[in-house]
Amino acid sequence: MNPPIPLTWLDLLLASSFLLIAAILGLIMQLGVTRSFLVAAVRMTVQLLLIGQILTWLFLNTSLWLTLAAGTLMLLAAGYEVQARQERRLARGWSYVLGTGTLTVCCSIVLFISLTTQIGVEPWYDPRYAIPLFGMLLGNAMTGVSLGLNGLVARLDADTRAIEAQLLLGADRWQALRPTLRHAMRSGFMPIVNSMAATGLISLPGMMSGQILAGNDPNEAVRYQILVMFIIGGSTALSVVASVMLTAWRVTDTRDRLRLDRLSAAKK
Amino acid sequence: MLEVEGLRRPGLLDSGPFTLASGSCLALRGASGAGKSLLLRALVDLDPNEGRVSLGGRERRSMPAAAWRRLLAYLPAESGWWASDVASHMHDRAAAQALLPAVKLPPEALDWQVPRLSTGERQRLALVRALIQKPEILLLDEPTAALDPEAEAAVEILFTGFLAAGKSLILVTHNAAQAERLASTRLTIAKGRLLQEASA
Repeated sequence: MNPPIPLTWLDLLLASSFLLIAAILGLIMQLGVTRSFLVAAVRMTVQLLLIGQILTWLFLNTSLWLTLAAGTLMLLAAGYEVQARQERRLARGWSYVLGTGTLTVCCSIVLFISLTTQIGVEPWYDPRYAIPLFGMLLGNAMTGVSLGLNGLVARLDADTRAIEAQLLLGADRWQALRPTLRHAMRSGFMPIVNSMAATGLISLPGMMSGQILAGNDPNEAVRYQILVMFIIGGSTALSVVASVMLTAWRVTDTRDRLRLDRLSAAKK
Repeated sequence: MLEVEGLRRPGLLDSGPFTLASGSCLALRGASGAGKSLLLRALVDLDPNEGRVSLGGRERRSMPAAAWRRLLAYLPAESGWWASDVASHMHDRAAAQALLPAVKLPPEALDWQVPRLSTGERQRLALVRALIQKPEILLLDEPTAALDPEAEAAVEILFTGFLAAGKSLILVTHNAAQAERLASTRLTIAKGRLLQEASA
């Protein structure tokens, strides 16, 4: 096994040259995306440099409490991202509570079981395993949940008359919401379905590429990748289903009414 | 007998009490925004609202909302459809088929596609859809607004038969002649309050 080839700062600068060329082109053509493109690139660099420092420190100080603290921060950030990406969200913080809650329950349980049984790392909270895996679970679940919830709310708006027509004919809220829920689930599942279908054929996932680039045996990397895709698929699917159902429960009430008044106004 | 002790939504609706005897029709009119739709929606408990409403002595909150709405069928001015063909909206196809001649629609109307329906066809098919649920009271918002005189007359005959069977109607209409023909009580709604019409 070869150790990875070390990268210098100059290598990174050179690697950014095409990104900079694209940005200059964008400025000349006045595409209006250059600013956010550059800001995102700078954000990514700063965030990764910081996380490198934090991970180094965490790996040197293996502790249950430090791992849990890091996991909690990641969860809070993911929950915030989910509700920040919503066109319309539930009023009075419900979006944040439901989003963070489902991610916490679904991703943490899947990760804990995986760490203690399949990977079998000792201790199970070893940050070298727990933190990157949790990051991957959360990242995918977060995307699924945001798309699922956006799909749900968009359909609720568009289908209000059809949903109420069913309620008026004596359907209960779950019967009346069935087509809407199906649509929302499809939106939420789409990225994970696409990514599982394309993995290995079109795309080599970042984690596996990273392991191979870092000099690991491809077969070993593949086994890890399959495990990771399984737990990502599982936690994303559970998170999408739970968050969509909970939000549907919240935008209806026990008298089988549609309660769109519990959603905030659309963002301008 | 429908007994309403007053339906309230803060700042929007405060109907005051009214009753509707079996076999009778109440006509309701009012400027747009006066609260006609809000009143009908509150009666079927489709929006959060306060107030006791009972039908034949049974209070609406004593039963599930779905059961209440099978007793009181509300037809909004614009009907909602959730499937692409008409028949999927009819839980009892034979009963729907039997009602088609009464609303001047051909037997094949159940096989029509919803997006191709005209406003008048939608209105009449939504009426058929509500009637096959066998409601005790129909709440109608401008039910004949998009109909030609022939279809309008047919639908009114249907309403008369419905009333004769001991059932009741609440009819929102701007058509004074229609209100005259069908209704025994005529009320006006303004700023969410019901007012007795001066002369019948």
